[in-house]
Amino acid sequence: MKRPSLFWITLVFIAVLYLGFIVAMLAATAAYTSLGEMWQALQSREIRYATGLSLLTCTVTALLSLILAVPIGYLLARSKFRGKALVEAALDIPIVLPPLVVGLCLLILFQTSFGRMVEEHVAFTYTIAGVILAQLVIGAAFAIRTMRGTFDHLSSRPEEVAMTLGCSRFQAVRFVTLPAARRGMFAAASVAWARSLGEFGPILVFAGATRMKTEVLPTTVWLELSVGNLEAAVAVGLLMVGMAMIVLVAVRLTGESL
Amino acid sequence: MIRFENISLDTGSGFALKDLSFTVPSGKYAVLMGRTGCGKTTLLEILCGLRQPDSGSIFIGDRNITKLPPGKRRIGYVPQDGAFFPTFTVAEHLAFAPRLQKKSAPEIATRTAALAERLGLTHLLDRLPQNLSGGEKQRVVLGRALAADPEVLLLDEPLSALDEETREDMAVLLQSAHHDHRLTVLHVTHLRSEAIRLGDLVLRLEKGRVLSADD
Repeated sequence: MKRPSLFWITLVFIAVLYLGFIVAMLAATAAYTSLGEMWQALQSREIRYATGLSLLTCTVTALLSLILAVPIGYLLARSKFRGKALVEAALDIPIVLPPLVVGLCLLILFQTSFGRMVEEHVAFTYTIAGVILAQLVIGAAFAIRTMRGTFDHLSSRPEEVAMTLGCSRFQAVRFVTLPAARRGMFAAASVAWARSLGEFGPILVFAGATRMKTEVLPTTVWLELSVGNLEAAVAVGLLMVGMAMIVLVAVRLTGESL
Repeated sequence: MIRFENISLDTGSGFALKDLSFTVPSGKYAVLMGRTGCGKTTLLEILCGLRQPDSGSIFIGDRNITKLPPGKRRIGYVPQDGAFFPTFTVAEHLAFAPRLQKKSAPEIATRTAALAERLGLTHLLDRLPQNLSGGEKQRVVLGRALAADPEVLLLDEPLSALDEETREDMAVLLQSAHHDHRLTVLHVTHLRSEAIRLGDLVLRLEKGRVLSADD
């Protein structure tokens, strides 16, 4: 049998080192608590509310992110226009900004006359809608990146040929391109979902951390830590790890079957 | 009839079409020859509406189609790269244009079956075209274009990637499609043998102008 070269051994070593660190981190956290303690913590009314709210807001955010990401990703992938580099950079702002600053910007926006006008119809500040909006600002930015990459990899030629067969541009995209982009759409929604699950800073600043109102799982971890209840914080942390793992595995399995 | 009148286009990428005028009479099979990269594909894309010329007009019969969207031109386009719809089976490719034309489901099924039979695709209807052989792929692309019931058929190097035997089979198929559908055909190639084998009329694209092969 041929011996692997030093090149491959080095790559595997680096990968194992990194993966080992992540596993060690999770294992240490898991060892800190027991199943019984976890179960007890998860019986809390507040934590169950936060779990439900996290699931609901992440799912709504993922869908809204997709609604934004498909047209914007398509526009960026298929068109050339002056100032495109600037638009692309602007769309990445939520990714590079510190999350707390995103929350601060949202809070200030809703103090302007425009923001107040919007809030006369739908209240965002310190509400569940605010949780979703705070998640959406960042989740959508990741979904847009994913969809742009998806459309970049899909040739525009089938769409053009579809147009010679009688399609409008809209029909060509709907019938030909979107079915081909379904894996990318699923990945974009998943990325937005997963990002939203871990979102904390913008939610804390913009939607607050009111128990049984705008409390999502990362808020719970912070609230429990702040009162010294480390066991409950660890239990919720592990719950989030479990949820994220389920989503990642579901994405892999569904992605392969699509 | 296809008529180009003073068509110009500067692509800004090395070649340009200059004040180009020529006519393909109705029902004729015209072959347009030219070196690789001389603008043959661009010319076809202008004709089927995927590119706009800088100036000039294009007519099919007495219809000025210059400003018409691609789908209103009644042109069947067989691109060199196939440009298959990635998730569509062969049957779905053949049924696509009739579906857009809002034909009834039984009519679509009948037409698809008849077209598949004529093109020898019946046993491949459930397959994805990407997994077929070169000759089979070309028949699917041809079928997709013919299913739209076009007045004009544009063929972009349809035989170039085929082996000799498959090429002859495909040439026979193109001739019968031309005859049976009473089509005006513009076939682009860089191979003289194809032009001699198929063309009623042979044209040459050179330095942005179309010349008769006799020139």
